[in-house]
Amino acid sequence: MQYALLIYTEPGYHEVLSEAEREAAYAEYFALADDTRYSAGARLQPVETATTVRVVDGRTLTTDGPFADTKEVLGGLCLIEAADLEEALDLAARLPAVRLGAAVEVRPLVPR
Amino acid sequence: MPLDAVFRDEWGRVLASLVGYLGDFDRAEEAAQEAFAIAAERWPISGMPPNPGAWLVTTARNRAIDRIRRERTLAEKIPLLPVPEAAMDDLDECVFKDERLELIYMCCHPALSLEGQVALTLRALGGLQTAEIARAFLVSQETMKRRLSRAKSKIKAVGMSFEVPDARQLPERLDAVLTVIYLIYNEGYSGRVDLSAEAIRLGRLLTGLLPDEPEARGLLSLMLIHHARRQARFSGEDLVLLDDQDRSLWDMRQIEEGRAVLDQALALGGRGPYVVQAVIASLQTHERINWRQVAELYRRLVELTGSPVVELNRAAAIAQAGDPVAALRAVDSLNLHEYLYFHSTRAELLRRLGRREEARAAYGRALRMATSTPERRFLTRRLENI
Repeated sequence: MQYALLIYTEPGYHEVLSEAEREAAYAEYFALADDTRYSAGARLQPVETATTVRVVDGRTLTTDGPFADTKEVLGGLCLIEAADLEEALDLAARLPAVRLGAAVEVRPLVPR
Repeated sequence: MPLDAVFRDEWGRVLASLVGYLGDFDRAEEAAQEAFAIAAERWPISGMPPNPGAWLVTTARNRAIDRIRRERTLAEKIPLLPVPEAAMDDLDECVFKDERLELIYMCCHPALSLEGQVALTLRALGGLQTAEIARAFLVSQETMKRRLSRAKSKIKAVGMSFEVPDARQLPERLDAVLTVIYLIYNEGYSGRVDLSAEAIRLGRLLTGLLPDEPEARGLLSLMLIHHARRQARFSGEDLVLLDDQDRSLWDMRQIEEGRAVLDQALALGGRGPYVVQAVIASLQTHERINWRQVAELYRRLVELTGSPVVELNRAAAIAQAGDPVAALRAVDSLNLHEYLYFHSTRAELLRRLGRREEARAAYGRALRMATSTPERRFLTRRLENI
């Protein structure tokens, strides 16, 4: 079963890390990328770069900023392949961002 | 044994076996219901089969397979499930694996809402009907039905496993199970005794399934000892405090059983929060209560849980041990102003220290927060007696 791991962090959380901590986190991500259960991943630019688009009555409405104004923002995401929810939760808990305070929303994908 | 007692006994086991077999909660429940309905029709006439559980599981499996076949033919879908035929022969020797532990972990999965966990556990393991659960929680049957189906659809949608959690996840998952059972127990504590009895049944089931787990025994012991005093806790509509309870109303046999279960938990090395609470409950059934020891145990419980409510209980024990000044100091250091018992405990301590005006004000605040009639009556009486 495929799951999306949506990683929510406080903006700028990794800027306060020391060089060594950041290197260590990157190394962990690279190690995860070798795990065949991780099928894709992406890190997003800071939330200040977000633009939200809606179409209302045929008119496109574009606004500055993220969809939801929350303290934690979507900072990145992974797609994984896991046998069940427990394995997915386990993989989510192993993301370096979690150790650094991030919350990860785990959502199953609709099968194609 | 009357038929509905057999049904209640067998329900959890049959359902667990079907969830494990079919991998689908709704299908399993449907099939189990069908099998129980057939049994209700046939057994009074033909007599109960020698192995009713195996009969029910096999019948339910066959029904489920029939249904899947029918749906498959109708929709011409690709195979959903392998469909081995469950034979009705040799049922007497047939032993189905007990999968109730898998089921209880699934029902109490922290990925479900807490109210969903509670309802599902009562439905799946307790064998309660949706209407009964709705009544117990004072919600409409529609609401309870929605709550149950929301939990079941999440189980299905997220691909929850039907397994006993592995060592890494076990502490958190066991905690969740204990929380659900204790929550059910406490729902019944405020007067609806049937839910407390139900929680004790679940507690017994859990200790049977996890014989080496001291916290499961701690919880069972705690519930048994509290439950044994239920008759003495009320006099008509009025709450009766421990000191004033008529001990002849206590169920001594149940207290003895609770103590025996506690001894087993301690022998297993149990020192967790439920075991500590059971030790406290047990000490409080003694003729002369050693409040100093009780206070010390509450201190240990504060260390384990970090709960300010437990700290409040510790303060009350310190007062009972003869030091209301230290008790008041402990209470005043707490940030629990939204909690009724914070104010009532404080009021009682102020009364003992002769600070009557402050005591009155504190009882007044507690009274304004009280929601149940027995609580209001109790606090009103205290207020009048200052």
